[in-house]
Amino acid sequence: MSTLEIKDLHVSVKTEEGDKEILKGVNLTVNSGEVHAIMGPNGSGKSTLAYSIAGHPKYDVTSGTVTLDGVDILSMTVDQRARAGLFLAMQYPVEVPGVSVANFLRTAKTAIDGEAPKLRTWVKDVNEALERVTLDKEFAQRSVNEGFSGGEKKRHEIAQLELLNPKFAVLDETDSGLDIDALRVVSDGVNRYSTQGDRGVLLITHYTRILQYIKPDYVHVFVAGRLAESGGRELADQLEAEGYDKYVKAAAQA
Amino acid sequence: MTATQTVAEALELSPVESHLHPAGSFNLEDHAVPSGLEEIWRFTPLKRLRGLHQDTPLDGEDFKVEVDAAEGVTAVSVPAADSARGVSGYVPVDRVSARAWEAARSVFEVTIPANAEIAEPTTIRLHGEGLEKAAAGHLLVRAGQFSKAVVVVDYDGSATWAENIEVVLEDGAQLTFVTIQDWNDDSVHVVTQHARVGRDAELRHIAVSLGGDVVRASTSADYLGTGGSVEMLGVYFADAGQHIEHRLFVDHTAPRTKSNVEYKGALQGKDAHTVWIGNVLIRKEAQGILTYESNDNLVLTDGATADSVPNLEIETGDIEGAGHASTTGRFDDEHLFYLQSRGIAEEEARRLVVHGFFNDIIRRIGVPALQERLVASIEEELAEHVGRIG
Ligand SMILES: Nc1ncnc2c1ncn2[C@@H]1O[C@H](COP(=O)(O)OP(=O)(O)OP(=O)(O)O)[C@@H](O)[C@H]1O
Ligand SMILES: [Mg+2]
Repeated sequence: MSTLEIKDLHVSVKTEEGDKEILKGVNLTVNSGEVHAIMGPNGSGKSTLAYSIAGHPKYDVTSGTVTLDGVDILSMTVDQRARAGLFLAMQYPVEVPGVSVANFLRTAKTAIDGEAPKLRTWVKDVNEALERVTLDKEFAQRSVNEGFSGGEKKRHEIAQLELLNPKFAVLDETDSGLDIDALRVVSDGVNRYSTQGDRGVLLITHYTRILQYIKPDYVHVFVAGRLAESGGRELADQLEAEGYDKYVKAAAQA
Repeated sequence: MTATQTVAEALELSPVESHLHPAGSFNLEDHAVPSGLEEIWRFTPLKRLRGLHQDTPLDGEDFKVEVDAAEGVTAVSVPAADSARGVSGYVPVDRVSARAWEAARSVFEVTIPANAEIAEPTTIRLHGEGLEKAAAGHLLVRAGQFSKAVVVVDYDGSATWAENIEVVLEDGAQLTFVTIQDWNDDSVHVVTQHARVGRDAELRHIAVSLGGDVVRASTSADYLGTGGSVEMLGVYFADAGQHIEHRLFVDHTAPRTKSNVEYKGALQGKDAHTVWIGNVLIRKEAQGILTYESNDNLVLTDGATADSVPNLEIETGDIEGAGHASTTGRFDDEHLFYLQSRGIAEEEARRLVVHGFFNDIIRRIGVPALQERLVASIEEELAEHVGRIG
């Protein structure tokens, strides 16, 4: 059993008018075997939370802790965090010109496992992972995310999730920009990953749509840089009916 | 009338007043010793040219030429007086070129017969064996009608080398012409190249510049007939103290011709300096042409400078397309973050990004052995600053 624990996390970004605090004390514990959905309005800080966990240099953690099985990950570099077992599927996956998907995946797999994957099975594994998210195997020869459609980028993130098979996956709006077929393909991928039983998922989303396919154990409402409420699946239904208004107003008054 | 005149006069063009198009001359008197203020010299560190631009004798012989000619290709040295040089219509455009023309006693002539299709590259290795005495060279590559071939010129060792290269593509010829500057760090190489491209002929010109203290390569191309196409690809990597300068000039002298110029360079270390000048002139008679030029520089460390100047001069309104782009940047944090977020260590992520940057051009070279060698050379260069693989 593994645990990802976020305690009183405060994060700011540098702006022209000085530092701006975006996360204002986030507390959240995710155990392996659990799926947590984080839902919140635009600009509430969901991506900031995801990036801060992954270690993006743009975000300054001003206080609080993030630990993986008790080990501080905030002092680790981005790649160390990934090797420790964290994975971030990005809201806007980055294009890396000239680096082929095949080379990228092999390099990443080698880094994560500490040894190169077996050549014979690896090519097959990659092809199958791409196939499962309905990407043609010629994608392996293309540059990472370059010229991919929005949906193809998201499916590529899920193919990576399955190939690298981390302890914890943070999925930042992996559902946005997907048509219904792609949404199902992506959800199936996440479900295959989480039903292994010993993996944790932090599913960040703006819409309840994806929750028809991925059933979270916990739902959290994220507003103005912190969790405003936590509950079970029924909370998602309530958000579907009522929206975020109540929470946004409450946060504004606080 | 000599053969030279026939071809040279076949190109009758309306005059253009353009600094892109310097009037050449064989007469040394017409080329004053540059002061460094001239437009064409302002980026070049004249002090480091060992007098190539002044009056240093160019009679050195400390070099070796090795030829590996593919079957069907002739590659021989011919006394300058008996050679066909000038057949490209080239007239020296600067003092170093005029001096090299005057000093070269022989011309190395590579001839691809008409209709021959030769997959095997022809390689000429110029190995410098000393830089005290400056030397001059002249290379003439002629691709016969409808021929198809690859010619590679590979420079290494130590030399102070002034050179003219002429490349002639007769109608329908397809030629891949590659130069690789793999000099020792102390070499000085000033080379002027001119290509004349026949009707429907296709030149792929590939310049790889890795070594040398100062490398200044000026390359021009014009078109003898309609439908000709020129692709100029370049890859360069400058280390501390190195000056690598590429000056390209595509002169669209005929209708429906094409040019595509793409150079990519990386710089690392104190006072690494690269210069890229991309000039394109579209003359009145060059209707319906298509041109694009781009230069991208990746600055890997502090203290390195990349100059990049694209110029496009258009004398006709009737063109199919013309564009240019120039970028100079550092590592993109987002690229590195994405790769690192997949467990790839920073150093390795940087390597991937640099290889990726060059890959775009390298994979289009089309000579597999050369592509592999280039990837390895870039790896070597990277080992100095970015760190070796695993
Ligand atoms: N460099 C910056 N300067 C100023 N504000 C910033 C900067 N970077 C982020 N922000 C602000 O931080 C807030 C949180 O952004 P974040 O991307 O985390 O939101 P989000 O919840 O993921 O939104 P969305 O649903 O649109 O993806 C936003 O108001 C955003 O404008
Ligand atoms: Mg977001």
